[in-house]
Amino acid sequence: MHNAAFEDIPGTYVFTGERAIAGRHLNRFCMSLMSAVNRARFKRDERAYLDEWAMSDAQKQAVLKRDFKSLLEQGGNIFFVLKIAAVDGRPTQSVAASFAGQTTEEYAAMMRSGGRNPAGLRSISGRF
Amino acid sequence: MARITAGIGSSHVPAIGAAVDGGRMAHPDWAPIFAGYEWTRHWVAAQKPDVVILVYNDHASAFSLDVVPTFALGCADSFAPADEGWGPRRVPLVHGHSKLAWHIATSVVLDEFDITIMNEMNVDHGLTVPLSLILGQPSEWPVKVIPLAVNVIQYPTPTANRCFRLGEAIARAVRSFPEDLSVQVWGTGGMSHQLSGARAGLINRQWDTDFLDKLTADPDALRTMSHEEYVREAGSEGMELIMWLTMRGALGPRIRELYRFYHVPASNTAVGNVVFTPEG
Repeated sequence: MHNAAFEDIPGTYVFTGERAIAGRHLNRFCMSLMSAVNRARFKRDERAYLDEWAMSDAQKQAVLKRDFKSLLEQGGNIFFVLKIAAVDGRPTQSVAASFAGQTTEEYAAMMRSGGRNPAGLRSISGRF
Repeated sequence: MARITAGIGSSHVPAIGAAVDGGRMAHPDWAPIFAGYEWTRHWVAAQKPDVVILVYNDHASAFSLDVVPTFALGCADSFAPADEGWGPRRVPLVHGHSKLAWHIATSVVLDEFDITIMNEMNVDHGLTVPLSLILGQPSEWPVKVIPLAVNVIQYPTPTANRCFRLGEAIARAVRSFPEDLSVQVWGTGGMSHQLSGARAGLINRQWDTDFLDKLTADPDALRTMSHEEYVREAGSEGMELIMWLTMRGALGPRIRELYRFYHVPASNTAVGNVVFTPEG
């Protein structure tokens, strides 16, 4: 389930088996937000709703802070954690921008001018 | 006999669906994309295919991480648009072709591709956005659709070669179906994009262009490419492009490229559209 070659790609999370194990309950919580009833319960009392899931406290804190980088580092899958952003009515671009420490406006301007250039972002070891 | 008459590659960016549904198609961010698809829209309308086999991926809509099928074929009569967290897209119900789908399922499993059979499945933007881009906004979709969902969000994803070879097996299955049907295969997803991490927003125009060139002329180079190379060059979600190889595999060795469109960006993503017909 490990693929060392992915580790050489900087700033990139490939959702491997290791990450699936670490994020099992976090991602289950995220999937529960597909139901309108659960979304309402989460909005009413986020902490109480999170406590119904067997997540680590650090994962719960990352949800409460909407720290998407931390969520991915703790096993969140991007398509699952985006469901938290959907509850907030927050666009995907805003979440994407947050990973690189950009404002949504800076990120959107970067995308309009052709996106992030991969030069220098291919390999930590310098092989590529 | 049923025959594969065309292959289409298309992105399936959710924000494009939101632009259609929200009436923002004329907005400067979106107008170039709909203009770029106009040729394909007219061409498909004139071709009037009976069935589209639509290769796409589910994005945590029909499948949670409880069950992760590598390849899941929609054998149901109909597929409802999924609620992706803000209500289902207001697009028509997708009608399937159960008889052809079951024929394909039977044929490819006996051909040693152990796909999952789906008799109930909602379909998300991965499937409905290409329909909107290529078929417009009709009150009923003018074609039956057989969804083929490929896992590209939980590693291990299938190899590019496996996707290609499944396309070959699907072509064998279609050719042995006794009804006279015009069948198109659409491969969707991509092109280069990455939604998370420090490389979020990655776009690789040169690599995307090479991918499109090779898809026509040298698909072997793409089917032997490693997952690492797809992720490194096209971004973590650019890996979706392996699904275009199922379409390419279904067309046979010699094809004609009728149309190509490439645009950056649609929200976070590079958009690509190609139209192929098989040659002999």
